[in-house]
Amino acid sequence: MKIVVCVKQVPDSWAEKKLNPADNTLDREAADAVVNELDEYAVEEALQIQERLGGAEACTVTVLTVGPEKAIESVRKGLQMGADDGVHVVDDALHGSDALATSAVLAAAIDSLGPDLVLMGSESTDARMSVVPAMLAERTGRPQLTFAGKVDLDGDTVRIQRVTDYGYDVVEAKLPALVSVVEKINEPRYPSFKGIMAAKKKPVQTLALADLGLEAGVVGLAGSRSSVQDFAARPPRAAGTVVTDEGDGGTKVADFLSAQKFI
Amino acid sequence: MAEVLVLAEHAGGDVKKVTFELLTLARTLGEPAAVAIGEVSDDVVASLAAGGADTIYVANGAEYADHVVAPKVSALQAALAASGAVGILVPATAEGKEIAARLAVRTGAGIITDAVGVDAGFVAQQSVFGGSTLVHSVVTTGTPIIAVRPNSVAAEQYPGAARRIDLDVTVADIDRAATVTDRVAQERAGRPELTEAAIVVSGGRGVGSPEGFSVIESLADSLGAAVGASRAATDAGWYPHQFQVGQTGKTVSPQLYIANGISGAIQHRAGMQTSKMIIAVNKDAEAPIFDLVDFGVVGDLHTVLPQLTEEVTRRRG
Ligand SMILES: Cc1cc2nc3c(=O)[nH]c(=O)nc-3n(C[C@H](O)[C@H](O)[C@H](O)COP(=O)(O)OP(=O)(O)OC[C@H]3O[C@@H](n4cnc5c(N)ncnc54)[C@H](O)[C@@H]3O)c2cc1C
Ligand SMILES: Nc1ncnc2c1ncn2[C@@H]1O[C@H](COP(=O)(O)O)[C@@H](O)[C@H]1O
Repeated sequence: MKIVVCVKQVPDSWAEKKLNPADNTLDREAADAVVNELDEYAVEEALQIQERLGGAEACTVTVLTVGPEKAIESVRKGLQMGADDGVHVVDDALHGSDALATSAVLAAAIDSLGPDLVLMGSESTDARMSVVPAMLAERTGRPQLTFAGKVDLDGDTVRIQRVTDYGYDVVEAKLPALVSVVEKINEPRYPSFKGIMAAKKKPVQTLALADLGLEAGVVGLAGSRSSVQDFAARPPRAAGTVVTDEGDGGTKVADFLSAQKFI
Repeated sequence: MAEVLVLAEHAGGDVKKVTFELLTLARTLGEPAAVAIGEVSDDVVASLAAGGADTIYVANGAEYADHVVAPKVSALQAALAASGAVGILVPATAEGKEIAARLAVRTGAGIITDAVGVDAGFVAQQSVFGGSTLVHSVVTTGTPIIAVRPNSVAAEQYPGAARRIDLDVTVADIDRAATVTDRVAQERAGRPELTEAAIVVSGGRGVGSPEGFSVIESLADSLGAAVGASRAATDAGWYPHQFQVGQTGKTVSPQLYIANGISGAIQHRAGMQTSKMIIAVNKDAEAPIFDLVDFGVVGDLHTVLPQLTEEVTRRRG
């Protein structure tokens, strides 16, 4: 059994984010980078599956990222948590890739690694598009088991609880498959000192686009199928009225709601 | 005029409000046409017509609900082929975006998600970085696919004589690979859906306990609102996780958002900052949420909210 977990490096959500006026892309240098939080849940889920199956002899966990030099840090974090090896796709041509382009690169990497199970987060905190998993399922022809709040493996069948607005759907498919996880599926572990030391010796493969048989034109700003025309800071919201409750706070809100025609 | 397709959201014979919003938006861009997929009753077709669709493409079949999104992608693609539409609008809901994402891969067209408006020529407006920046984006390849957030436009009715066209859809075996074997509904007490609701009443750590959420729910019910929660409240197990608003929860953009006992951390703001109007109730006059509000009360939510609920109920008669 082979699991690949897709992890993305994103700016820390506490950090102020900026667009780079030169080419309207996210200024990644300007912010501290962390592993996309939901992707840590995906790594944790992979490690738990590995443990249930009986360890690294029965099941390997590979961490895969597509991103600039610095994104290797997110692979390393996965290795520190306990993953066995890593793959980092890095290429100058990747700069400015949109979700379609990113998913094409991930798909090529997945196809070449050939895992039984792909695990990923259901959304990244920077792009917040929540589209890469569906795109990757479409591109790789794998059954799409997205928004999983629970994952069960039963022989060559994978079953998830797909979280919906009204509750959840139970969805199942045969391996090979693709699963994206939501928060609360588990509690990601912190790397132990031993894990951090062990990670230094774990293999990380670095791949360029050409290694995946991809041409530069399909990715990056050149290959992206949407573009930012312009952007502008929004005027800050006009300061509102703030009153202190003197026993009539509720009534005052009601007056405001009446004036605004909500009631 | 060229057609603009709107992916209709409907359940149990009811068409969701966001569909009418998108039909209204489509009318500013071309000739609005709805695409209804699944168990499409005559009622659904009639309300899409009443909501302003000039043409209604129907892919009728119970099977669409049995597999995860892929068959619906085939249906939407069939509508695109039949209509020669110049643009496609889908609701920016979890499933709407997944359908859009796969369609973009199939057609080779670009996709824009989470638009809060679409101008002539399919220029999408997006509000990013917690609402601090407004971005204009365009699709540069293929028929644009744009996922638009609920509550971005006010729905208007344009009843007309709509044409119904039944689609001939071929669903490939590979699109049936993920099968829905069970559907579990968790109680929702008849409130509107969080991402769709015109009014959202949220509670945070200041609510204090699971029982405390009854004051939030009472206010919500008096206003016909949905209930939301901060991550502090869902992490504590006071309210179910699917109601979490914020960066790792739902993004809401209602007409009115009422934040109670919520400090206004950047990750919470990321999920509610595009709300049209914001009210907060918080004990702490220094809470950052007050920077966002149109109206705020410094006070204890456990005294302010019951009074407010009573007033709302009384005034609504
Ligand atoms: C990667 C990441 C993702 C995150 N994603 C999310 C997310 O999706 N959504 C989210 O909400 N948070 C998210 N957070 C957490 C976020 O940073 C805050 O910790 C969280 O929003 C705080 O919730 P809160 O405002 O309810 O609690 P607090 O910050 O503790 O604020 C409670 C407020 O209640 C007030 N209060 C207390 N008692 C009363 C009373 N009786 N009456 C009135 N007011 C009272 C207090 O004055 C205080 O302002 C995320 C954090 C990280 C790091
Ligand atoms: N550059 C990337 N490298 C690896 N995985 C990614 C990348 N971009 C997105 N993903 C995966 O796709 C998920 C959803 O991302 P998004 O669609 O951008 O919100 C993330 O949680 C990751 O698992």
